[in-house]
Amino acid sequence: MDNIIEMQAITKRFGPVIANREVNFSLRQGEVHALLGENGAGKTTLMRILYGLYHPDEGMIFVRQQAVRIHSPKDAIALGIGMVTQHFALVPTLSVAENVVLGFTGSFRLRYAEIEEQVAAAALRFGIDIDPSAIVGNLSVGQRQRVEILKALYRNAKVLILDEPTAVLTPQEVDALFETLRRLQKEGLSVVFITHKLDEVMAITDRVTVLRDGQVIETVETAHTSPSALARMMVGRETFGVSRRSSMEAGAPALQMVGLHALDDQNMPALKNINLTVRHGEILGIAGVGGNGQRELAETLSGVRPPTAGRILVGEHDVTGGSPADFTAAGVGRIPSDRHKGVVGELSVAENLTLERLMEFTKGMTLDRAAMLAYAEDLIAQFQIKARPTDPIRTLSGGNMQKVLLARVLARNPKVVIAPQPTRGLDIGATDYVREQLLAQRKRGAGVLLISEDLDEILALSDRIAVIYEGEIVGLLPAQEATAEQLGLMMAGAVKEEVNDV
Amino acid sequence: MDFIVSLSAATLRVATSILLAAIGETYTERAGVLNLGIEGTMFFGAFVGFYVADISGSLWSGLLAAIISGILAGLLMALFSVSFGVNQHVSGLGLTLLLSGLSLYAFRLRYGGLATPPSIEPFPQLRPFGDLPILGPLSEQYLLTYLTFLVIVPLAWWILYYTDFGLKLRAVGENPEAVDAAGVNVYAIRYAALAIGGGLMAAGGAFLSLAQLGAFTHGIVSGRGWVAIALVIFGNWDPFKVTLGSLIFGGTFALQLRLQAMGLQLPIPYETFLALPYLVTILALVLAGRNASYPAALLKPYRRE
Repeated sequence: MDNIIEMQAITKRFGPVIANREVNFSLRQGEVHALLGENGAGKTTLMRILYGLYHPDEGMIFVRQQAVRIHSPKDAIALGIGMVTQHFALVPTLSVAENVVLGFTGSFRLRYAEIEEQVAAAALRFGIDIDPSAIVGNLSVGQRQRVEILKALYRNAKVLILDEPTAVLTPQEVDALFETLRRLQKEGLSVVFITHKLDEVMAITDRVTVLRDGQVIETVETAHTSPSALARMMVGRETFGVSRRSSMEAGAPALQMVGLHALDDQNMPALKNINLTVRHGEILGIAGVGGNGQRELAETLSGVRPPTAGRILVGEHDVTGGSPADFTAAGVGRIPSDRHKGVVGELSVAENLTLERLMEFTKGMTLDRAAMLAYAEDLIAQFQIKARPTDPIRTLSGGNMQKVLLARVLARNPKVVIAPQPTRGLDIGATDYVREQLLAQRKRGAGVLLISEDLDEILALSDRIAVIYEGEIVGLLPAQEATAEQLGLMMAGAVKEEVNDV
Repeated sequence: MDFIVSLSAATLRVATSILLAAIGETYTERAGVLNLGIEGTMFFGAFVGFYVADISGSLWSGLLAAIISGILAGLLMALFSVSFGVNQHVSGLGLTLLLSGLSLYAFRLRYGGLATPPSIEPFPQLRPFGDLPILGPLSEQYLLTYLTFLVIVPLAWWILYYTDFGLKLRAVGENPEAVDAAGVNVYAIRYAALAIGGGLMAAGGAFLSLAQLGAFTHGIVSGRGWVAIALVIFGNWDPFKVTLGSLIFGGTFALQLRLQAMGLQLPIPYETFLALPYLVTILALVLAGRNASYPAALLKPYRRE
């Protein structure tokens, strides 16, 4: 089989950091090739080089045996390379057709009827189900991804790079994506599939290239390898993941939501009649595809967003309508879902750790710096944060920043822990750490509300699982009885149950 | 009736310069660049237009020179805000300071010694409908006013919504990453938008000196650029709605002139009337601006990570 793409000895540096070190990568005509590795292993960097978004410091790229220089996506597109990035490169205010033809119209004047016809014809030809006149901002994530794939194919892509395409999809959408890929593969399309999920590698790919710390560990045939072998190559150790369980007797209600309603930023209903109880010593997982009210739920439960109806009880204490300070005082601890918004980048680790309780670190009119530093030293040791108390927090890695946030919240021993997307964007090591901390909170007797779009995370950690869909809880079941398929159907809105858990 | 007709005619006249500038700003903001150099660019255009018309004796040469100088001003803004990625507030205000200072300085050099302010014979007004009632006096306007309302505005709308360039321009203002990933040069689009915008802003300024006044004074622009920015928000970045906004401003402006001229004996200073159009603009902005859907990439310099 011929190699359609060959990248030889690619090295890319960002300042002192080496993102790719003498990477060799080849893509055969008509294969699906996984690029596997942890966050920061250099997978995306390598493909951004191939797509012309970065320029390599060293190394050569060959497309169909011809040495090429790819200066920009324009060059890549001309060579038949298309890329679907993790954050979709779509303009939400424009229609599907406008997005597809953007920069590829061929004439100065736009004739909308013709454009929509052409896009519809292309969609039909590639077997992609999408309405060309729909506004992209109104589409689901799965549909947007289809627009991205169509956009690449419309530009005559023969090589399609997909950057973690399944991260945001429901299981059903993943199945549909794989079906589309298999069909396109039969027609001769070559696919690079960036992922860190082993089951997907096994399910869809022909070969795997494993990257670790910017270097290629090995390229293997998928049929001749196993998930555990790949995991070993990827993380450099045999096992990973947290072990849950030792089932515990759930205690008294720690947090109750009674008939809770709330609006989103556009004043549209975001939460509809939520009735849930989080008990002491349990993790209640909220599963759901992003944008179904998770953010609003987390904000409502920490006092940032006032509910329009219903009550919130922390223990026996009614905190409905309270300020964030009232929620904190009542024993609610929230781990911010966006690390960068949860910290003040220019302030030091010690200052960030004490930010919410500065009253306890004042002497007269001034801050007691020595006490703040001592307190920070304590937490740094306790939570294994790799930083000094005086480091500006923006210099920390994502994992360490998340540890600081965990420390800040958990040091108060909250009765209720709200954890929206606590591991998003973290690598496997840091993810394990965060999950262990949540399990430790459960063991300590706190009620933990875990809101996550990662179904594996929900399944691994939760005692009970509730599914949120369009602002409603459409299912609630014990974790032992839950399967990914069943949850997936609920997350996609195919199955709905009345839930009243108060 | 005469009052209403003459008020309407004056409204169109007054609205012209501000509409030209606001359409220019619409181009730049739709591409994601807030050009606060608008006030300075108008002032610069007013001066260059006047100066070139004065020395060459040709009003059209003056207008052309003003437009070219506006395009250059837009490109300078692009150099800083697009290529260098300087904060748009800083580069825009800097541009206004630079161009205002430069215009005044050049004006002093050329005309400093004169006792009476210099003036030129301005553009004549057309009157295509002659002495017809209502239509006659209403149609008595400058050619530039006709061009602005009948060509510049519809053309802007057509370009933004019905051309390949307009699609790219709107996309660049919403999500430049998407445009870059589609193989389109984001910088080139923003440069083009700022060049077009600057040319229109300067034309708006030149309209004041070459048509409306036939002179150049220190206060010739007097905040019209800032009002234009407000009108763009009021008009939700749509050329026709921006036109509506400029008519509201123009109408109030023309009205207050007439109120002043009536010489009413009111216990309020005449400056209150002068402030009226600006107050109405603020009010309109407050009412309409709450639902404004800003171009998502406005104020953000584009960098590939």
